[in-house]
Amino acid sequence: MTTLAIEAHGLVKTFGENRAVDGVDLAVRAGTVYGVLGPNGAGKTTTVRMLTTLLRPDGGSARVLGHDVVDDADQVRRLIGLTGQYASVDEDLTGTENLVLQSRLVGLSRSQSKRRAAELLENFDLTEAANRPVKHFSGGMRRRIDLAASIVVTPDVLFLDEPTTGLDPRSRGQVWDIVRDLVAGGTTVLLTTQYLDEADQLADRIAVIDRGTVIAEGTSADLKASVGRSSLHLRLADETQRDLAERLVAQTLDTTPHRTPEAGVITAPVADPDVVADLMIRLRAEGVGIDEIGVQRPSLDEVFLTLTGHAADDDTERSAA
Amino acid sequence: MSTTTLERPVRTVAARVERPEPPSALSASLTLGWRSVLKIRRIPEQLFDVTFQPVIFIVMFVYLFGGAVSGSTTEYLQFVLPGILVQTVVMASLYTGISLNTDIGKGIFDRFRSLPIWRPAALLGALLADGIRYVVAAVVCLGVGMAMGFRPDGTVADVVAACLLVLVFAFSLSWIFAFLGLVMRSAGAVQGVSLLAMFPLTFASNVFVDPSTMPGWLRAWVDVNPVSQLVTAVRSLMAGAPDAGAVGWSLIGCAALVAVFAPLTVRAYRRKA
Repeated sequence: MTTLAIEAHGLVKTFGENRAVDGVDLAVRAGTVYGVLGPNGAGKTTTVRMLTTLLRPDGGSARVLGHDVVDDADQVRRLIGLTGQYASVDEDLTGTENLVLQSRLVGLSRSQSKRRAAELLENFDLTEAANRPVKHFSGGMRRRIDLAASIVVTPDVLFLDEPTTGLDPRSRGQVWDIVRDLVAGGTTVLLTTQYLDEADQLADRIAVIDRGTVIAEGTSADLKASVGRSSLHLRLADETQRDLAERLVAQTLDTTPHRTPEAGVITAPVADPDVVADLMIRLRAEGVGIDEIGVQRPSLDEVFLTLTGHAADDDTERSAA
Repeated sequence: MSTTTLERPVRTVAARVERPEPPSALSASLTLGWRSVLKIRRIPEQLFDVTFQPVIFIVMFVYLFGGAVSGSTTEYLQFVLPGILVQTVVMASLYTGISLNTDIGKGIFDRFRSLPIWRPAALLGALLADGIRYVVAAVVCLGVGMAMGFRPDGTVADVVAACLLVLVFAFSLSWIFAFLGLVMRSAGAVQGVSLLAMFPLTFASNVFVDPSTMPGWLRAWVDVNPVSQLVTAVRSLMAGAPDAGAVGWSLIGCAALVAVFAPLTVRAYRRKA
């Protein structure tokens, strides 16, 4: 099938001088999970707000299941669900009240709404909190009630803006399970994240976005391949030997090693893992002690570093720029 | 896998729930009004300004100025109570803007705006729910007044009509504050600007004193002040001798407020990013 659930062409949004989104193109196939990966301030939320009809694009166009987000906004709203980055439920209301409210607003009857609210609370393991105001919920519970509110009726396309930011690993796992379940039920999911492993885990395809533009797009494997087949991780026993070791790596593997923020750790793309054996022999010959060495497929962190020239969580440099 | 770490598996989509037709404009507005009512129930402190404040005002003004202004507190009460009723309800409408400003900054409005519902429903719902606050204010004012000796000459129907007129006016006026709530940056700014507008509206009027002793320039304002028209109308209704002119002007004022500020507010709401 080549049906596109979401397609965007040259989306632009400017806030004063700042081009928050600067020509984003997206093509998301129906029934898949699409990850939009980028650091804080890359333009992820602004893109989602345009796709969900909350913000009018300054340039370009976007369609959700064939309906234009500007000209046909009402039809788009009938097809989508949205869980924003900040709790989009009413904190003063209880879990049940929030879900009943949401159900009524999508058009379910009073009795259907009550039934659906109870069912969702049960499914999302929130029954005991049903009559507590949401402001007393834990972070993970809040996220779950938020997700539940987005799926009181099954959306054709669900937008999740940083669904797991700030969650503990267990709550994160729960959110991931919910997303997988929804996709199994036929929903297309677009999620934004700053976590590379999240995109890796969930998304069929990933767009890496930085400073308002898509700088890479493809499957997780595509992105990793673009950085080299595998990568060397070398931890030195004595970090003062770093310069020597880097030179040896550069000579033997014929590449430029990356300095990582971790002292005494060197990483480098490896075209042919066989050569690593040669490297180990040379290191021994030069008296460089090894604490740990390995060859692995590159992580998305490295992909990000290679593509953008800065780390995914490198905020200081960005805000200064 | 992450599933193994769960104490209880989270299962979401047992069956697909088809989306029904979106609710009507009225149904959506009432549902969102219900939300505001739930919030009042959850945080009853929201009602302080329509319960304790009028009690303090009535007691304070009647015993402070009663003797000096009207010669006796009973006579002044008869004069000032409809005025304080109007003042309290009109002041209560200010809260609309403040609460809208705080509310709209939260993620939940994004959710409302991503739903296929009539756009102004969230606004209208909030404004309608404020009607409950106005009713509370009116009941408290009348209750305290009656307990202190206020006796309207009009029939029950007249008094109810007077209260309804005040409610309609407050609803119309609240569109201004809703508009301010949408265009101002912070709730504090909304409160500041609204209070600034509120003082000349409520104090520079015939609420507390007969304007006949005022200097000409002030009287000129007091006479055109829509609150004065409303107070005159309410007094006449409670006295059982409706002043058709004042009632008419008050209703025209309401219509004008809604005609100007409802579209402005809805437009500001649509634009709010």
